[in-house]
Amino acid sequence: MNTRLLPLYATLLICIVAYAVCVFQFPMMFSTRVAGNLLTDNAFLGIAAVGMTFVILSGGIDLSVGSMIAFTGVLLAVLITHYGIHPLVAFAIALLITTTFGAVMGAIIHYLEVPAFIVTLAGMFLARGMCFVMTTDSIPINHEFYSYLQGSYYLLPGGGRLTFIGCLMLIVFAVGIVLAHFSKFGSYIYAVGGNRTSAELMGVPVAKTTIGIYALSGFLSGLAGIVFSLYTSAGYSLAAVGVELDTIAAVVIGGTLLTGGVGYVAGTFIGVVIQGIIQTYIVFDGTLSSWWTKIVVGVLLFSFIALQRVLVLLSSKRTMAFRSR
Amino acid sequence: MSLLNVKVLTKAMPQLLSLLLILFLNYLAFPGFFDIRLQDGRLFGSLIDVLNRGAPVIILAIGMTAVIASRGVDLSVGAVMAVSGALAATMTVAGYPLPIVILATLGAGLLCGLWNGILVAYFDLQPIVATLILMVAGRGIAQLITEGSIVTFNEPSLIFFGTGSFAGIPMPILIAALLLIIAITVVRRTALGLLIESIGINRSASSYAGLNSKLLLLVIYAFCGFCAALAGIIIAADIRGADANNAGLWLELDAILAVVVGGTSLFGGRFSILMSALGAIIIQAMNTGILLSGFPPEYNLILKALVIIVILLSQSFSSAGGWTFIKAEFLSKGRKRH
Repeated sequence: MNTRLLPLYATLLICIVAYAVCVFQFPMMFSTRVAGNLLTDNAFLGIAAVGMTFVILSGGIDLSVGSMIAFTGVLLAVLITHYGIHPLVAFAIALLITTTFGAVMGAIIHYLEVPAFIVTLAGMFLARGMCFVMTTDSIPINHEFYSYLQGSYYLLPGGGRLTFIGCLMLIVFAVGIVLAHFSKFGSYIYAVGGNRTSAELMGVPVAKTTIGIYALSGFLSGLAGIVFSLYTSAGYSLAAVGVELDTIAAVVIGGTLLTGGVGYVAGTFIGVVIQGIIQTYIVFDGTLSSWWTKIVVGVLLFSFIALQRVLVLLSSKRTMAFRSR
Repeated sequence: MSLLNVKVLTKAMPQLLSLLLILFLNYLAFPGFFDIRLQDGRLFGSLIDVLNRGAPVIILAIGMTAVIASRGVDLSVGAVMAVSGALAATMTVAGYPLPIVILATLGAGLLCGLWNGILVAYFDLQPIVATLILMVAGRGIAQLITEGSIVTFNEPSLIFFGTGSFAGIPMPILIAALLLIIAITVVRRTALGLLIESIGINRSASSYAGLNSKLLLLVIYAFCGFCAALAGIIIAADIRGADANNAGLWLELDAILAVVVGGTSLFGGRFSILMSALGAIIIQAMNTGILLSGFPPEYNLILKALVIIVILLSQSFSSAGGWTFIKAEFLSKGRKRH
C-alpha cells in the first residue's frame, strides 16, 4: 500500500466518523441545509487553504494570509462604498494588488534566500498595517451587485442552499487539484518541495516556480478576501485574525507534510470540512464554548503530525532495508 | 580587554545607532522625552516607560534567543503567556497564597516548554510545526482555565509584580534585568552558550562529538517556556486580569523580531542575549515614539514590517554569499548554461 496516501485515508476516516457521531447525536445535522451552510461558512477558509497547500507543498509557509483577507475586505469596502467603483472593477484591482504582493514576497524569499517564515511575517504586518492606514472603522458595503451575488444560490434537494461563494470554493478546489496533479507547474512545486537542490539540477525553473507559488497564494488570499467581504458585507481591519493558523491546520490535517513535497489538495478540502464539522457540532450542542474548536484542532494537528512522523520513519527504514539487500 | 570591548561595540554599532536615532526622533516629537523624575519613591518618565513596557518582550526575547540560536523557533510563547496569565489570575481569585501561585504558573510554563522540547528533540519535528500545535491549542487551554471569561483580581501582592517598584525601579524592569544578568552569566561563564551554538550550527555533528543534544534542546525549550510564563505573570499583574484571547497576542512575533534585530541569525549559531534585549528595547522605543507623536498605534505594524525588510536586505547583502548569489542569478545568466 502506498504510505503517502495513508494520511489522506486517515483524514477521510476521521471526517466520516466525526460526521457520523454528530449525526448520531443530532440527527438534524444529516441534511443538505447543514452541508450547504458548512460550505458557505468555510468558503473563505477553503480558498485560502488551497493557496496554503501549494506553499506548504513547496516547503514554505505563508503567514500573511489572514492579513491579506482583511486587507482585501477593507480595500473593497473603501473602493465600493467611498469611491463608488463597481464591485467587479474593485475585485480586479484587489486581486492585482494581492497577486503582486505575493509575487514580491516570493521574489524576496528566492533571491535573498531568507526563510519564507520571516518574509511572510513582514508581509503580515505590512498588510494589516495598510488596513489600518485605510481605515480603522468597519465599513458596510451596500451595492446591488453584492446583494445579487449574495442572493444567488442553487437550491439543493432538502432545502439546502449551495451559495455562490460555496460554489466558488468548490471550483477553486477543482482547479487546485488539476493544477497540482495534472500540470507542469504542479510537478515543479512537488519537485521543489521534495528537494530544492536536485530540482534545480534537473532543470526546474526554481525562481519562477517559487515566485509563482507565492503569487498564487496571494491571488487566492485576495479571492478569499473577496468571498469574506461577500460573506460579511463589510470591510473591517481587524477581521480574519489568525486565519493563517486555521489554514495551516487544515492543510496539515489534510495530510500534507509540512516539510514539503508530499500531500494532496483534496486532503485540504477534508481538513477544512473537519474544522467546519467541529464548529457546527459546537453550535448544535449549544453548551460548549467556541474555544473547544481550538483545543480539538490542536489535538488533531498533533495526531496528524505524529502519524506523519511515524510514516516517514517507517518508509525510511524500508528504504534502508531495501538498500542493504 | 579594551580591544575586545571596542570589537563588541563596533559589532553592536548598527543597533546602537538606530536606537539613538529613534530616541532622537522621539525627542523631536515630544521634547520632554528624556525627563526622568522621582515621584512617590518611583522613577517616572518616557525612558522608564519604554523599559517598563518593553520588559515582557525583553524576557521573551531572552528565551527566544536560546531557541533561535539552536536553529529553532518557538511560536507558542504568546499562547503560553495567555495560559500562565490565566492560571495566575484564576488561582489568585480562588484564594491560593502568592508563592504557590507563582510556582504553579512558572511550572506550567516549564511544562509547556518541555512539551515543545520533547516534540523537537525526541520526535524530531521541525520547531515551527512542533510549537504551532501549542500556539493553536494554548489559547483554548487558557480559555478552559478562565472558563471563557476575563478573570480580574485585586490581590496587591500579585499586582506588585506588574505595577510595583523596588528602590525606585519598576518591578518589570527589575525582573527583566535580573533574568538578563543570570542568563548571560550562565550562558557565557559556562560552556552552555558554546554548546547551544554548536547545536545550532550542526546538530548531528554536535551529537557525534559527544554532546547530549536532545537533553540540551529540551532544556532550551523549557527555559523559553519559563520566560514566557514570567512575562505572562507580569502582563496579567499589570492589567489586573487575564484575557485568554488577547494576552500575549502576536508577542511571539515581537520576540522573534527582537532577536533578529539584535543580530542573531535565524539559521542558528552565534547569538547574543544582550543584543536581543537591545532589539526589544528598540522595538518598544518605536512603539512609544508612535504613540507620543500622535499617530494611530496601528502604524506600528507597517514600521515593524519595514524594519524586518531592511534587516533582511542588510543581512543578505552584508554577507558575501548574498552578493555571489545575486551575481550568479542576474549577471552571469548566459555563462551558467554552458
